Amino acid sequence: MAEASLAARSGARAEAPRALAAALRRRQALAAWSLTGPALLLMALLLIGPVAAVALLSLTDYQLGARSLAFVGLDNYADLAGDRVFWTSLTNTLLYVALVVPGAVGLGLGVALLIEAGGSLKSLYRAVFFVPVMATLIAMAISWEFMLQPSFGLVNLCLRALGLPGHNWLQEPDLALPVLAVIGIWQLFGFNMVLFLAGLVSIPRQLYEAAAMDGARSAWSRFRLVTLPMLGPVLLFVLVISAIRSFQVFDTVQVLTKGGPAKATEVLLYSMYAEGFEFFRSGYASAITVVFLVFVLILTLVKARILERRVHYG
Amino acid sequence: MAGIELEGIRKSFGPTAVLKGVSLAIADGEFLSLVGPSGCGKSTLLRIIAGLEVQDAGRIRIGSRAVEGIAASARNLAMVFQSYALYPHLTVAENIAVPLRMRRLSGLQRLPLVGGLLPGSRRERAAIDAAVRSAAEILDIGHLLQRKPAQLSGGQRQRVAVGRALVREPEAFLLDEPLSNLDAKLRVHMRSEIAGLHRRLATTFVYVTHDQAEAMTMSDRIAVMLDGELLQVATPHEVYHRPADRRVAEFIGSPKINLLPAAIGGDGAVTLLGLPTGRVALEGQGQAALAGLRPEALHETRGRGLAGRVVHLENLGSEIFLHVAVEGLEAPLVVRREPEPDGSHAAPRLADGPVTLDFDARRLVLFDRQGRALPLRAAPRQDARPRAEAAHG
Repeated sequence: MAEASLAARSGARAEAPRALAAALRRRQALAAWSLTGPALLLMALLLIGPVAAVALLSLTDYQLGARSLAFVGLDNYADLAGDRVFWTSLTNTLLYVALVVPGAVGLGLGVALLIEAGGSLKSLYRAVFFVPVMATLIAMAISWEFMLQPSFGLVNLCLRALGLPGHNWLQEPDLALPVLAVIGIWQLFGFNMVLFLAGLVSIPRQLYEAAAMDGARSAWSRFRLVTLPMLGPVLLFVLVISAIRSFQVFDTVQVLTKGGPAKATEVLLYSMYAEGFEFFRSGYASAITVVFLVFVLILTLVKARILERRVHYG
Repeated sequence: MAGIELEGIRKSFGPTAVLKGVSLAIADGEFLSLVGPSGCGKSTLLRIIAGLEVQDAGRIRIGSRAVEGIAASARNLAMVFQSYALYPHLTVAENIAVPLRMRRLSGLQRLPLVGGLLPGSRRERAAIDAAVRSAAEILDIGHLLQRKPAQLSGGQRQRVAVGRALVREPEAFLLDEPLSNLDAKLRVHMRSEIAGLHRRLATTFVYVTHDQAEAMTMSDRIAVMLDGELLQVATPHEVYHRPADRRVAEFIGSPKINLLPAAIGGDGAVTLLGLPTGRVALEGQGQAALAGLRPEALHETRGRGLAGRVVHLENLGSEIFLHVAVEGLEAPLVVRREPEPDGSHAAPRLADGPVTLDFDARRLVLFDRQGRALPLRAAPRQDARPRAEAAHG
C-alpha cells in the first residue's frame, strides 16, 4: 500500500517537471522572438528586401520611370555576358582591387609598425595619416584633380622641378587606373593603420621577450614569429574590408575620369550608375548590381570559410 | 653551462631605485633562488641577467664573457616566464622547436614551403623534431605535441614553457615565478620536478620566487632580496637557522618566526622577558635587542618559563600550531607541537588553557636594534640552565 502510493507520488512528481520544462521552453522561445523581432524586421526592410527587389528587377526589362515592366528571364545576364564594356569594367575593377588591397594593407601595416616602434609624436602621426579617411572623398577627388592637372598641377610642377617629364595623369589610358588606385590607397590606408595599431597594442610584450630569449635576433624574425601571427585576425578583417571597399570604387571615377579615357577606368559601380541613371536601363543595372553583390558575397565567404581556419584568435 | 657574476648592479625606473647595487656570484651548475616580497627587484634582476632590461650601472659576466651590449637573443640563456609566454598560434611541438629553429635554421630555411627544399634543411629539421620529442618525453607531454596552448591546462602550459627552455643547451636557466599560476597541489608537485630537472641537467638555474617554500625546497643557495638589496645569500639551512637580518628571519619560515624583546647584560648574557637564556652575545653588550625563536624552538613545560594562555590552535594534521598569548608581548607566540595520537592535545587548548612555554636556547637568534644578527655563544657551563640543556642535549 505504502509502496504503491509512494510510486504514484514519484510518478506525479516526474510529470510535473516535464510540463514545467515545456512551459519554460515556450516562454524562452517567446522571449527570443520578441527580442530578435525588431532587428529581424529592420534587416528585412532595409537589407534583405532591397537585395531581393534588385535580384527580381534584374530579371525584368524595367526602365527607370516606366509604368510597366516585363519578365525577361536571364536575358539581362546574357546581354552582360556579351557586353564588351561590362567585361572591361569587371577587369578594371579586379585590377583596381588587386592594386589597392596590397597597397592599402601593406602601407597601413608598415606605417602602424613604424608609429608603434617610434617614441614621441605617436598621436600626431596617427592623426596625420588618419585625416584622408575622415575627409569627404568627393572633395578630395577634386583636390587631386587640380594636383594632377597636366599644365599647372602640383605633381607635374614638382616633377618638372626635378627635371622629370610630366604626364597627363588622368587622360593617358595606361596611367588613369593606377592613378585612381593610388588615390584609393591614400584614402584607405589610414583606416587600416588605426586597426593595425589597435592590434599591435594588444600583443603581449612577453611574447617579444620570449622571442628574444628563443634567439629571434632580427626584426624580421620577430615579425614572422610574433607580430604577423598575432595580427592574424586584424589582418584578415582589414583585407576583407579593404577588398570590399575597393570593389565599391565610384566617387573618384565619377569626379575625375567618368570611366575614360576609352573605358580605361570603367568600373562595376560606375557602369551600374551609367546604365541605371544615365540610360535608365534599371533592369540591366540591377543585373550588374547582382554581379557586384556576388563578388562581395564571395569575399565574405572566403573570410568565413577559408581564412578563419588558418588564423589564430587569441 | 656557466656561472653568472653580478657586480654592483643598479637600476632605477624614473625616480624609483629598484636595484641598489646588487653583487652576486652564482656558481656553475648551482640552483640559486632569488626570493623576496613582490616589488623587491628580484624579477628586474633576472631580466637584467637575461638582457631584457639594461642596468644603469654594474657589470655582468656569464661564464667568462662580459655580456654588456650583448642582446638577449645572443646571450644563450633560456627563460621560463611567469605567464609562460607561449606562442598561441603554434602547436606544442612548434613552440618547443622555436629556439632550435631560430638558431639552427637560416631565415630562408625557416620559410614555410620553400624552406624544406633547401639543402641541409631536411636533415636539420629531422634533428629538431627528434630534440623536441625527447624534451617532450622528459616532461611527459609527448601526447600533447599537436595541441595548441589554448587547449592545455595551466600545468601543461608550464611544462611546455619548460620544454621550450630545455630543448637546447643554454648557459643557464632563468625562471621567473614559474609556478605562481598553478594550484597549490600542482605547485608542490612541480617543485620536485624542477629540482629533479636541475639534478639531471646540472646546469645553472636562477629561480625567482616570492614563495619562500619554493626557495627552501629546491635551492642550493637562497638570495633573499628586499627593497633592491641582497640581505643574505646562503644555503636554505643557514638562511632559516642563522638569518643575517631580522627581515630575512621574518620572511623565511611559515609560520613566521616569533620575535620577543630581549636584553643583553653588561657581560653579554642574554635574557628574554626576564628569563636567563644561557646564551652570551659577543656584541652589543648592555643593549636592548630582539630575540627570534622559530615555532619549533618553543615547547610546553611543567617547570619555569613564559606563562601564557592558548588563544588559537591550528591543526595541520602532521603538526599543531598553538598561538599563545604571553603577558608583555603584543603578538601571540606560535608554538609547534606534535599531535597526540589520541587527539588529546586538542580539547583543552581551545578553552583558554593556561600554558607555560620553554625554549631551546641553542635555536635562539638575536638581532640588534637595526635588525642585524648578533653572534651568540653558549654561556660557560655554570651559568647555563641545566634543565633546558638536559632536555635537548
